[in-house]
Amino acid sequence: MIRPQKPKKKIGLYILIYGSLLLLYIWAFSGVPMDGFKDTAGQISKAIFSGIFSPDWDYVYLPEGEDLLRGLLDTLAIAVLGTFISAILCIPFAFWASKNMNRARFTTGTGKFMLSFIRTFPELVMALLFIKAVGPGSFAGVLALGLHSIGMLGKLFSEEVEVIDPGPSEALAATGANKIQTLRLAVLPQVLPGFISYTLYRFEINLRSASILGIIGAGGIGTPLIFAMQSRDWERVGIILLGIIVMVVLVDMISGFLRKRVV
Amino acid sequence: MSQLAEPLRPTPPRKLKLYFTIFLLALFLFASAYQTNSTFSELLTGLPNMTGLLVDMVPPNWAYINNITPAMLETIRMAVVGTTIGAVFAIPIALFSASNVFQSFWIWYPVRFVLNLVRTIPELLLAAIFVAIFGLGPLPGIFALGIFSVGIIAKLTYEAIESIDKGPLESMTAVGANKLQWIRCAVIPQISAHFITYVLYTFEVNIRAAAILGLVGAGGIGLYYDRTLGFLEYDKVSTIILFTLVVVLIIDYFSGKLREKLL
Amino acid sequence: MIEFKNVSKTYPNGTKGLKDINVTINPGEFVVIVGLSGAGKSTFLRSINRLHEVTEGEIFVGGTSITKANGKQLRRMRRDIGMIFQQFNLVKRTTVINNVLSGRVGYHSTFRTMLGIYPKADTELALQSLERVNLVEKAYTRSDQLSGGQQQRVSIARTLAQEAKVILADEPVASLDPLTTTQVMDDLKKINQELGITTIVNLHFIDIARQYATRIIGLNAGEIVFDGPVEEATDQKLAEIYGQKLETTEEEAKEVPYVATS
Repeated sequence: MIRPQKPKKKIGLYILIYGSLLLLYIWAFSGVPMDGFKDTAGQISKAIFSGIFSPDWDYVYLPEGEDLLRGLLDTLAIAVLGTFISAILCIPFAFWASKNMNRARFTTGTGKFMLSFIRTFPELVMALLFIKAVGPGSFAGVLALGLHSIGMLGKLFSEEVEVIDPGPSEALAATGANKIQTLRLAVLPQVLPGFISYTLYRFEINLRSASILGIIGAGGIGTPLIFAMQSRDWERVGIILLGIIVMVVLVDMISGFLRKRVV
Repeated sequence: MSQLAEPLRPTPPRKLKLYFTIFLLALFLFASAYQTNSTFSELLTGLPNMTGLLVDMVPPNWAYINNITPAMLETIRMAVVGTTIGAVFAIPIALFSASNVFQSFWIWYPVRFVLNLVRTIPELLLAAIFVAIFGLGPLPGIFALGIFSVGIIAKLTYEAIESIDKGPLESMTAVGANKLQWIRCAVIPQISAHFITYVLYTFEVNIRAAAILGLVGAGGIGLYYDRTLGFLEYDKVSTIILFTLVVVLIIDYFSGKLREKLL
Repeated sequence: MIEFKNVSKTYPNGTKGLKDINVTINPGEFVVIVGLSGAGKSTFLRSINRLHEVTEGEIFVGGTSITKANGKQLRRMRRDIGMIFQQFNLVKRTTVINNVLSGRVGYHSTFRTMLGIYPKADTELALQSLERVNLVEKAYTRSDQLSGGQQQRVSIARTLAQEAKVILADEPVASLDPLTTTQVMDDLKKINQELGITTIVNLHFIDIARQYATRIIGLNAGEIVFDGPVEEATDQKLAEIYGQKLETTEEEAKEVPYVATS
């Protein structure tokens, strides 16, 4: 009886792939400074852990202000406003970048490129630039989130526009409606639920971003957090971390519930 | 046309809910604008600064690329090492979180709970904490990226595991495999391709993240934003931004190609 | 009155959609266009309100050339031409009455439309239109909760609210079962007779065409091959023209051998 031979693998290709992977890893790991441990690392970690498990509850509310609740409120406000701004601003981009709204391939291409350019531009760098323009504070954070989120929301919105049923638009055109009337009455009702759902999703992401913007001075809970870290006030760091986690979890739950309702 | 049918007409539904939603949204927006001091006048006064800044950014200082190339390589290195560490740790965590691998609620639920908790903490915040522990340099950045990657990879992977085909699981149980054999022969082959695409995706995310970790002193190219913005050298800032953008796009392209091949 | 004068349509890939069509449709007529699939029925109908552009010749609606109308004139002319589609083309997520009211947009400014507010008279007209198709009780229901036949009647109500003088119906019953087909065709006929609206319907079932039409126009490969009153459109005559029987609702559509015409 003739037994089938074990199939030969393309050895050359495998050597190439694994070889280059190996080289990449040797290069990457050899560059990691392993002597970078500070002698105090153990001590500090212990302090952080004990701080996180015995948080500074007094910081939750201080009558004179600058407390946890106000910081979280500020963070929430930055996320709400930033998300709203981007949800409005991305709509023209979305139509610009969607295939079924433009006949010219070129137009769609430039729209898509613009959006991916905005998406790759980190929001923290945008925040740094806005701080230079409008000064440090929450407003710089709002503008950074508002601009950066256009990238992702515009992409998601344009994909939503691309899958609509063209029938109603044709029907509206046949009644003598102009372009804008057709958009309002045939396209908008079809895409609105998707737009709202994506906006809520982006809001969840923006809330996480807003909680770190303060690290570079763009408002929100990040500012007191970085101060507490620099002054090694680990109990305060603990309560702020706890506050961020609770807020994020709560907002995720509410937003998830709303998203299920709209679609 | 016909008056007789008048009483049969349905009454229009009340629009109270819609009005209430709009009112609530407007309220949120106004409160947020108030909280963050966001006004149009503020924007208008900031606008000349912004345009001035943009004008200063062109042309980019191309010679500066030589100065920041080592930092860029460090950024890539951080992303490679961080993603790898994350991927390794994500495997057991994903398996423990999957309710079809460990049927007991008391195993998968707590693991998943902790995983979700970790996922609420932004990577920059993790980096700031690790900087406090280990001091400045790429090491805290790598740890932050590692933990951040565990969050993404483990979540995506356990969701993939939960949707795998049940047949092989049952047949491995039937041949009398122990738990490890069972995982090795029935689970791993079904998810390995997904797992690798998730790792690649996380690597793409991590390159972007690594590029800003330097803002809190955790290594990589982010450090240079602080340095150049502090001296108002905007032509260098735009060099950093463009350089990062190009690297990110190149890596995205190859990683995307690879992901397409795998699935 | 609708007049086709030497109308031809050539698609960019060279296919002839319409070939030198000359025909006049008089006010109040109920014309059914028949023909095999690909015969140019849809192109014929859609060139009347210029959803499709013709490449040669000219079409006049009510004495005015729609072929030469500019943007604004075209929209003004389309306002008087209602259209009914095979797939109903309603916005499924919104209420029935909003769909009916959308027939009114040609009468209003863009700004007013953006706000989505209509005058009381429009709402009254929309409700009356729904009464005519016996669907007024569904006015505030979401359109996707209606059956296919009901959705098609909503789109008829939309053309009524539009106060159209001409109704074009492109395969209005192709997606419907026999019972709802009768309801929809009855509605169209009733409107044609009571309001005197010129009605032009594309059908590929010859028996329904005979039942409702006052005049039948047969198309084949973009040319008019038959034009006359119902009585003349006998099976024998049509079989002579097409070289085969046209479909009837009694037989399964797929059994008829498909003749490539384009």
